[in-house]
Amino acid sequence: MRVIINGKEEYIDKERLTVSELLKEKKVEMPETVSVQLNSSFVRRNDFNSTFIKENDKVDFLYFMGGGG
Amino acid sequence: MPLNEEQIERYSRHILLQQVGGKGQEKILNARILIIGAGGLGSPAAYYLAAAGVGTLGIVDSDNVELSNLQRQVLHFTPDVDRPKVISAEEKLKSLNPDVTVKTYNSRVTAENITGLIKDYDFIIEATDNFTAKFLINDACVFNGKPFSQAGVLRFMGQTMTHLPGSACYRCVFDSPPPRGSVPTCSEAGVLGPIPGTIGCIQATEALKYFLGTGQLLTNRILMMDTLSMEFTTVDINRNPDCPICGENPSILELKEYEQPVCQVEGTEETKQR
Ligand SMILES: [Zn+2]
Repeated sequence: MRVIINGKEEYIDKERLTVSELLKEKKVEMPETVSVQLNSSFVRRNDFNSTFIKENDKVDFLYFMGGGG
Repeated sequence: MPLNEEQIERYSRHILLQQVGGKGQEKILNARILIIGAGGLGSPAAYYLAAAGVGTLGIVDSDNVELSNLQRQVLHFTPDVDRPKVISAEEKLKSLNPDVTVKTYNSRVTAENITGLIKDYDFIIEATDNFTAKFLINDACVFNGKPFSQAGVLRFMGQTMTHLPGSACYRCVFDSPPPRGSVPTCSEAGVLGPIPGTIGCIQATEALKYFLGTGQLLTNRILMMDTLSMEFTTVDINRNPDCPICGENPSILELKEYEQPVCQVEGTEETKQR
């Protein structure tokens, strides 16, 4: 299915998957360090396993970056 | 105060800009900006803001210059090693532009001192290297209605967002510091020198745009930069109703330091808060 991840069109070889599964699919190593927006609303971390991504959904992965010194 | 002749010449390339002009330059000369962290992000931000003629620049940092800083912290030179960063910074900035009043605070930001530190400034630049300070600065700015620019860098990547009262804050995106040790730091994973340089320049640009009242700030957006692919992406973000500080049922009602050392490598420069 087609999803838009961080503004880029991507095709995932699955009919249905959760936020957690998408994170795994995209090889995001530390899901506890990523914030996820689904169609412009933040998904609660506790809901990553129960929130499903649909065709044409817009998903944003936002990563912690602590450096700057 | 109208510009004198020397200022008209010094700032002529600004004054030529339709969005700046003499009036805009006067706004810059009256601006008061606090830069928290005189390191990788703070160095370019401070240089460009001083060069731009920002009236008062406050610099907060408690560290001394270390040799491993010099690869990216361009405010500091080799002879500055072991000297306080704020002193090193003040010398460079005053020499660059005597119009600028530089105020130095040789201290780290704490829950006790931050409100007093930001009080006299109109815009804050968060240029620290650790989550404790990043969250504290967010919270203090949200509580006190202070606009600020937030940023982070790692390896070949950087990101930045701007907050104005009412717009999405850092905690709307990241509700609390990540688990200890889960996010690599620059001292563990490294950072290419120009990465904080680029992001710090964007922070300075945002600050100047704020005072000029021109263009669109990075509010309700995060700019993400990946220099390996050399792609800049902005992601729209919405205020989060679950945000622990600006959401519907805030759980953070007072300032507090959230202990989360950014680095598990003891005794290196990055374990200390700037
Ligand atoms: Zn918020």
